[in-house]
Amino acid sequence: MYRQKYIFLLPGLLVLVAVILFPLIFTIRVSFSSWDVYNPGLNNAGGAMYARLWDDSRYWEALWRLSLLSLSTVLIQYVLGFALALLVWRDIAARRFLRVLFLVPMMTTPVVMSVIWRTIFHESLGPLNPILEALGIGAQPWLSQATHAFAAVMIVEIWQWTPFMFLLLLAGLLSLPSEPFLAARVDGAGPVRTFLSVTFPMMGAISVGAILIRAIEASKIMETVYVLTSGGPGTATETVSYYIYIRGMRDFQIGYAAALSLTYLVIMAVALTLIAKALIRLMVREARA
Amino acid sequence: MNTITALKRALYASVAFGLATGMATAEDYSQYGIKADVPGMCSFEAIDAKDYTGRTLNIITHAIPVIGEPTALHARQFQELTGATVNVVHVPFGDLFQRIMIPFQTGQAAYDVLFYGSLWLGDFNPYLAEVPAAYQEVAGMKEVTETYRGIAGWQGRMLQYTMDGDRHYLKYRSDVFSNPEMQALFREKTGRELTVPATWEDYNEVASVFTNMDWDGDGAPNFGTAEVTKRDDLMFSAFISRVAPYAKHPNVKGGFFFDLETMTPLVNTPGWVRGLELFVAAQAAMPPGGTSFGLGDEIFSFGGGQTLMSYSWDDAFIQAMQEDSPIRNKVAAAILPGAKEVWNRKTGQWDTFDEPNRVAYVTWGWTSAVAKDSANQDMAFDYLCFFANEANTLADLQIGRFGINPYRDTHFDPAFYETEMGWDAAVAETYTATLKGIDTAPNQVFDLRVPGVGEFMSSLAAGVARAQSGEQSPQEALDGVAAEWTAIVDRIGADRVREAYANVVALEDR
Repeated sequence: MYRQKYIFLLPGLLVLVAVILFPLIFTIRVSFSSWDVYNPGLNNAGGAMYARLWDDSRYWEALWRLSLLSLSTVLIQYVLGFALALLVWRDIAARRFLRVLFLVPMMTTPVVMSVIWRTIFHESLGPLNPILEALGIGAQPWLSQATHAFAAVMIVEIWQWTPFMFLLLLAGLLSLPSEPFLAARVDGAGPVRTFLSVTFPMMGAISVGAILIRAIEASKIMETVYVLTSGGPGTATETVSYYIYIRGMRDFQIGYAAALSLTYLVIMAVALTLIAKALIRLMVREARA
Repeated sequence: MNTITALKRALYASVAFGLATGMATAEDYSQYGIKADVPGMCSFEAIDAKDYTGRTLNIITHAIPVIGEPTALHARQFQELTGATVNVVHVPFGDLFQRIMIPFQTGQAAYDVLFYGSLWLGDFNPYLAEVPAAYQEVAGMKEVTETYRGIAGWQGRMLQYTMDGDRHYLKYRSDVFSNPEMQALFREKTGRELTVPATWEDYNEVASVFTNMDWDGDGAPNFGTAEVTKRDDLMFSAFISRVAPYAKHPNVKGGFFFDLETMTPLVNTPGWVRGLELFVAAQAAMPPGGTSFGLGDEIFSFGGGQTLMSYSWDDAFIQAMQEDSPIRNKVAAAILPGAKEVWNRKTGQWDTFDEPNRVAYVTWGWTSAVAKDSANQDMAFDYLCFFANEANTLADLQIGRFGINPYRDTHFDPAFYETEMGWDAAVAETYTATLKGIDTAPNQVFDLRVPGVGEFMSSLAAGVARAQSGEQSPQEALDGVAAEWTAIVDRIGADRVREAYANVVALEDR
């Protein structure tokens, strides 16, 4: 009887192995080879690719840059997404229209949007600099100076993915029970006090989930960098995903790119686990209290 | 108009008329967009006589329009003429190399015909079929210039089927250079006459004088120079154009990128550093955003009339000469600027020249080939031969977005551009004279066609980008590139890289 149970589980397990485990195991195997344009195939290079990675300052710089980029953009997305969700949560005019409008950026293709943003940021032909000049701010070197280019990538990321945060947080707000809010009103709490003592704590678990999902996605940022800046100027906007793309697809260093990817996977898994634990301790425990 | 050119125009018109009337008795193929079929083994008529019904040809090519559009167009024609089924896969540039290489390495005959950058021959050569002798003997192939035949070869065998010719050259606004007011302005600011730049120092000086001013009177500011500066967007080619005259000594043989004997990288030698310093300095004369211009930006900046000068492939020039262009017939071409001081790596000193050392950079160029494992090599070579037949090529040359540029002796005839494309005689003359001059230049540089060229160029572009952004000095940046190149050579094996690089050096030192 018990054996039959395993037979029923087998199709699912096979799919799991084929879809998840096989590519992962194959990538691990490739990372221990020196497969590249002149050494095709799966030879045994031992840990040479990992040793090379250790000395690759461009990779570690890209990792640091990615951390800064993803943490800052996700934080800003969270704040903006929460604000927008609060805005349309209550009965305001054109609430339905605004909900749909806020979701438009998320529903567009990242590559297409990056091309459009690249045109907007274009310093000679784009519309942004003339607007800034008309406002007296002056034209900005959006894509040709390091800090501006980094800011440009942040702007596109925030613009594109704030709606995702908005969507999750709005769903969370709509699912909150009404009793605590009634109690707060009876106790005479104003809007700020209600938000700090009722809304925000009750949104703790949903907030952690939304932040983590976005952090996982943000850690893979590639299209925006590829289209907008190609990692430049210099290496100012080069992220890990883009660097791995260059090594793997452009330079055709398949073995090395596999080692870079796996190392990146481990680092991100550990980092995101620690972030998740910290967030739960900070935000969810408060809610329980 | 020059008498010889006038005679050529008359001759050209009469030949075209003769061909057209001669064809009146044969089958008419003008519905395929050609003026007249040119008899021969690759002609429409000859291909029409073949029957490939029931057979399938798989082609991989670049995205539309550059090369991808003519590939698809001639694939449709080939399909109609022969009955074959022709599948064309279009791939963005960034993916093209690996989409070709992975099937090669894994032993799959995924594609019969391949279109790609000719500099990848160092990587692809083990997987390509030699062009059969019969195809090497067709009239169209015989007309391919020696330079472009050389690019198609690898260790004495022709592995690439030539269908494009590319090179870097200087483009400038002839109306500004010949304007007395602009000449006076330049004289006032520099104390010398305004001339077409003969050195890169001259180029930077002219660019700096004519930047951020409205010299075309359209109310918008103009700028001095548009260059491909965006990392990973073929910027390395722009950089090599600037470096070549300082580092490619006319009397020193044996390698430009490496010393062929020792395989020591030369990228951080003083000639290369000087070129990078001038590349970085030129940023002051670029339009807003010019320090992150990709090839498309460069084309639109010069071709759209924003900048005075530019240098790269034909595209910007062709864009400027489009019928609806506001600067049509206001541009001219010239060989790349040179250098009066050239680094001599043998003596370890700068040598001074009265006449600037001008180096022709024959870079990139789309090419085509047939996979060695293809089961349809006969049909594949027929397709390529048809693609590049005289009638198709003359039609393709007239469509700028196709990305097909002159590579046959007959393509360097100014009468063609005057008659067929309506260019002014002076423009056609400078264009064809420049292209011909590059083709026959005594001092030429070719791309680094060795295994792992992508990695070498990626490393070079990253180093140059660091210097451009101020992250490192030119010397520091190129020292870093040299260290990376040394590591790459060690990994691949010096002998292996040397063997491949010897093919490039043989072209340069012939």
